[in-house]
Amino acid sequence: MRLVGEAELEDIAVGAAILGTGGGGDPYIGKLLAQEAVRRYGPVQMVTVDEVPDDAFVVPSAMMGAPTVMIEKLPRGTEVINAFKALGGYMGREPTHTTSIEAGGLNSTTPFVVAAQLGIPLVDADGMGRAFPEIQMIVATMHGVSATPMTLADEKGNSAVIDTIDNSWTERLARTLTVDFGATSMIALYPMTGKQVKAGAFIAGTIGLAEELGRLVRETRAAHGDPVGAVVERLNARRLFGGKVVDVARRTEAGWAKAEVRIEGSGEDAGSSLVLQIQNEHLVAIRNGEIVCSVPDLIVVMDAENGGPITTEELRYGFRVVVIGAPCAPDWRTEEGLALVGPRYFGYDIDFVPVEERFPR
Amino acid sequence: MRIGVDVGGTNTDAVLVDGRDVLAEAKTPTTPDVTGGISSAIRALVASSNVAASHVQAVMIGTTHFTNAVVEARRLAPTGVIRLGLPATEALPPMVAWPTALRKAVGGDVRICHGGHEFDGRRISAVDPDELKRVAADFATKGISTVAISSVFSPVNAEAEQEAAALIAQELPAAAISLSHEIGRIGLLERENATIMNACLRELASQIVAAFHAALAELGIDAPVYLSQNDGTLMAVDYAERYPVATFASGPTNSMRGAAFLSGLGDCAVVDIGGTTSDVGILQHGFPREAAVAVEIGGVRTNFRMPDVLSLGIGGGSHVDGADVGPQSVGYELTSRALVFGGDVLTATDLAVAAGLAEIGDPERVAGLDAEPALARIEERIAETVDRMKTSADPIPVVVVGGGSILLRDTLLGASELVRPQRFAVANAIGAAIAQVGGEVDKVVALEDTTRAAAIEEAKAEAVEKAVAAGAERSGVRVVDVEDVPIAYLAGDATRIRVKAIGDLDLGRVGVAAGG
Repeated sequence: MRLVGEAELEDIAVGAAILGTGGGGDPYIGKLLAQEAVRRYGPVQMVTVDEVPDDAFVVPSAMMGAPTVMIEKLPRGTEVINAFKALGGYMGREPTHTTSIEAGGLNSTTPFVVAAQLGIPLVDADGMGRAFPEIQMIVATMHGVSATPMTLADEKGNSAVIDTIDNSWTERLARTLTVDFGATSMIALYPMTGKQVKAGAFIAGTIGLAEELGRLVRETRAAHGDPVGAVVERLNARRLFGGKVVDVARRTEAGWAKAEVRIEGSGEDAGSSLVLQIQNEHLVAIRNGEIVCSVPDLIVVMDAENGGPITTEELRYGFRVVVIGAPCAPDWRTEEGLALVGPRYFGYDIDFVPVEERFPR
Repeated sequence: MRIGVDVGGTNTDAVLVDGRDVLAEAKTPTTPDVTGGISSAIRALVASSNVAASHVQAVMIGTTHFTNAVVEARRLAPTGVIRLGLPATEALPPMVAWPTALRKAVGGDVRICHGGHEFDGRRISAVDPDELKRVAADFATKGISTVAISSVFSPVNAEAEQEAAALIAQELPAAAISLSHEIGRIGLLERENATIMNACLRELASQIVAAFHAALAELGIDAPVYLSQNDGTLMAVDYAERYPVATFASGPTNSMRGAAFLSGLGDCAVVDIGGTTSDVGILQHGFPREAAVAVEIGGVRTNFRMPDVLSLGIGGGSHVDGADVGPQSVGYELTSRALVFGGDVLTATDLAVAAGLAEIGDPERVAGLDAEPALARIEERIAETVDRMKTSADPIPVVVVGGGSILLRDTLLGASELVRPQRFAVANAIGAAIAQVGGEVDKVVALEDTTRAAAIEEAKAEAVEKAVAAGAERSGVRVVDVEDVPIAYLAGDATRIRVKAIGDLDLGRVGVAAGG
């Protein structure tokens, strides 16, 4: 167990943007919310998965809604207490721990608001090891953990419990309620026992990993070192490409923010080019016509100069970037995992091959 | 005849313009009080041009007063901050991420009250008159006389802010009230921050406007004064007193507008090389491209319109070490510390003189200096910065202005042509002098009872009327920018329309309120 305060949250937000692989929502508001919560209620106890008792009642928490609304109608802060109360009432048991649904992007820090306010420990883990766009895309799904009973709450004091027959109903009902709440809600979902968490229903250590990545970037930058290199080493990743963004073609299709980005190589990659295919997150990287990395492995675009992670919305012509490919959580590389989040699920007719094999050092 | 003045970090530049002819120019050092530098620049200008002060019809000033006040956290008024949104938004109170010193300087008396709207126009809660009266009474006892009001989704529906403003005005009749929907965009914290900055500058704005009037009266100039806004248009002083934040970053904007005027180019990159830094911006249809992301001022995130500018630490006064140039600079001490002026620091200006690009000071003092590697490096870095600002790989024209533009030679990688116009050193003051007046409409329209095309036409007509009301000659007003963005993720059909109309200042009827 250790305490997480304002400074650690600063690092977590940077690391979360790296693990966000271009998506997952802007961690800025999530960071401010978490920092304000620890200022008001004190630092958060973060425990490792091993430290969670078998009979613990672990409930992940998150913010759901439209990004444009999240930056305008800020939360009251107490929504999540109602969401937890409602879930506790329905399940007949108060949650003892919270944790993060996704370590990438905005929701990496949301559970700190919950933990600080309720005074419960936060488990250093998440359901994805990165960011994904849909509710069922978490490893817990493969461990037989259901997203529901799930509760949603707004700032006015309303809350709702949904208990569904499958994930598409969960997604649909949660969306409808969220729109009625004003297009943003606080949610508690995927209730688990400590035993389930320990058995691998969530990925251990990913919030600590985000913090470590953020710290590496900050420290190597201060020492005028190579932040990209430090991140590559820590993630056991591959430096896929370095160059300049020469074209960004965006389109919105069936609710997806799609884009294709062309990067022209410089330095050791001069004469080559890399194409990134994007649907909310970076999904496929193609170097000189050959796939070098694909979802669910992580494709991260970083500023070549300062190592800062760049989101898909920020990407534009002229950016000097380094693209890295990092292995995803092992669960995602199984047949079941690939059925949930493999390239074919996102509409690419390609087989998944691990980045280490596609791009040997 | 009009006078344009631009106050920079190092120099205050002034020009006298008649129609489209620049009659005279002057450059004087910027003074700590700013106004003194403006007076001496205008005095020098009048002296050199033999034009009677009484012939001046208007004075346009681009000033850094207000940006400096925020950055230095000085001369800011204690401000009352009201946010309407309860029960939402309590988790992040106003000014939550402000640096402590700046927050202290502004007083930071923040209240969250009822009011505000949902994304779809429903009310979150009704504005509560009793609650606001209590807040006003409290502000009154604390001697607060400037108030910033923000409300959730006010860019979509401003009713709550307007209701609250009316109530506060009743209770505090002398208070200056700044409303967030008039200042920023979607993004509550950033819009609120910009509004608070505006509110804390309003007292200073009144003082500065009075100082300008006094200075001009002393010079015998009896003409209306306009301030440059950061979108390249002018505002009359009464408008400037209400919206001082609109002056932020007007310096780079004036340079770009001046560059457009001098070069005759409307779509190009502009490189303004000063004493310490080079600012690179992009002109689109003659106006600076706006920044799309949050802009930090004094360490605070804001989201109001700002020119999209990328700066790099290269200027005429930059220190040179081998092929490395900047970011350290001798700044305003250039004329005493550069080698060609008898000083002991090798500066970028010395390189230009050694390479025969400029005749300044004593060329003998840099004879035999190999300027090539460092000049090539300057060229490379500026070309790189221009490239980062472009939106495609196609070469575009590049206009170079500012006193330090002697550092560049005749070509630049990625530029279809490199233009160094006449009077490049005072492009910023020319930009101020030739500025036009504008009208802007920015609103979210529900497309239930109207079509997109009809809504856009209506917004265009509204923008033209606003420009005329601001002082533009009606016959010359044209719509320069139409943007129509469907609002993502929201139920129902809604679109956000932004229209901007611009016209020449009607000097025949100066004195009307000019605004944005």
